[in-house]
Amino acid sequence: MSSNLRILVACKRVVDYAVKIRVNAAGTAVETANVKHSMNPFDEIGTEQAIQIKEKSGGKVEVIAVSCGSDKSQETLRTALAMGADRAIFVESAEELQPLAVAKLLKAVVEKEKPDMVILGKQAIDDDSNQTGQMLAGLLNWPQATFASKVELAEKAMTVTREVDGGVETIKTPLPAILTTDLRLNVPRYASLPNIMKAKKKPLTKLTIADLAVDVKPRLETLKVTEPPKRQGGKLVESVDDLVDKLKNEAKVL
Amino acid sequence: MSSPTRHRVIALYKQLSYLGREYPAGADYFHKKLKSAFLKNKDLTDPAEIQKRIDLGDYICKEIEAMYHINKYRAMKKRYYEDTQAENIQKKIESTNWADGGQAKH
Repeated sequence: MSSNLRILVACKRVVDYAVKIRVNAAGTAVETANVKHSMNPFDEIGTEQAIQIKEKSGGKVEVIAVSCGSDKSQETLRTALAMGADRAIFVESAEELQPLAVAKLLKAVVEKEKPDMVILGKQAIDDDSNQTGQMLAGLLNWPQATFASKVELAEKAMTVTREVDGGVETIKTPLPAILTTDLRLNVPRYASLPNIMKAKKKPLTKLTIADLAVDVKPRLETLKVTEPPKRQGGKLVESVDDLVDKLKNEAKVL
Repeated sequence: MSSPTRHRVIALYKQLSYLGREYPAGADYFHKKLKSAFLKNKDLTDPAEIQKRIDLGDYICKEIEAMYHINKYRAMKKRYYEDTQAENIQKKIESTNWADGGQAKH
């Protein structure tokens, strides 16, 4: 295991997975006001992976959590700190950021912090873009290991097992590299109460988009957001004849 | 009133109370159960007996965390992975009684 590794973990604040998603009245976005938010589950897995690498190394690894977004994204960073990250970087943006903008911001942070590895969730559960990690790898011209379900670190290299269609693929890549996490990589820990208290004292650096001099103008425009069609209720039938009749005349499958 | 396990018990209560905020049946439901469970044992004096209750509390903490994780994992699996393997795992998870140990029996 190489010494003094530095790992950057990206954490996105998203609407909690258990919340029933509603489309806003105008049909342009998902309702986010007064809705419970939490860290993107795939980013939790990424944070856990970074902390596990740190624990295995005996503390020679520094884990930096980074989040871009509204003021409240700091809560997500505190969660990452409570899980065990060493410090956090918060990039403030009043506007909604698209994957390309986040990738550019992360690139600027990477150039500042010079990490050996950047871990991201494979996708966020709000926009399901599955783009940020790949775009960041492209912008930095770094190797990428996406959809990781197993990671083994060696000196200046890592071996990653990836989830691909119908099986797994094992690849080896030199560091620095980008890693995006799949669901089966690990079991994220639940931060304990004392650790949450301690996390409040850990350093959190605030940056603005102007500090990083990045163009975050949206390239995509959301035209319409609609809810999936409602499932029609089932019907009870009285007899076999009734069933055959309904299949013939209503369902029209016979 | 002061005893060597006092802080330990208070910390356990706080941790459980914190975990209960996300309880599927509601934080209020959980909190009532939690409070009554602790009140029931408030007159215990035997150190071994107290330690047994604390161990049970720690175990329940772990079970609740496991339950939250499984809930989240299942939701993700259902949303993003629609293959037979996922179904098999889902069936396995459903046949295992995860939540039972997580709820205080007393």
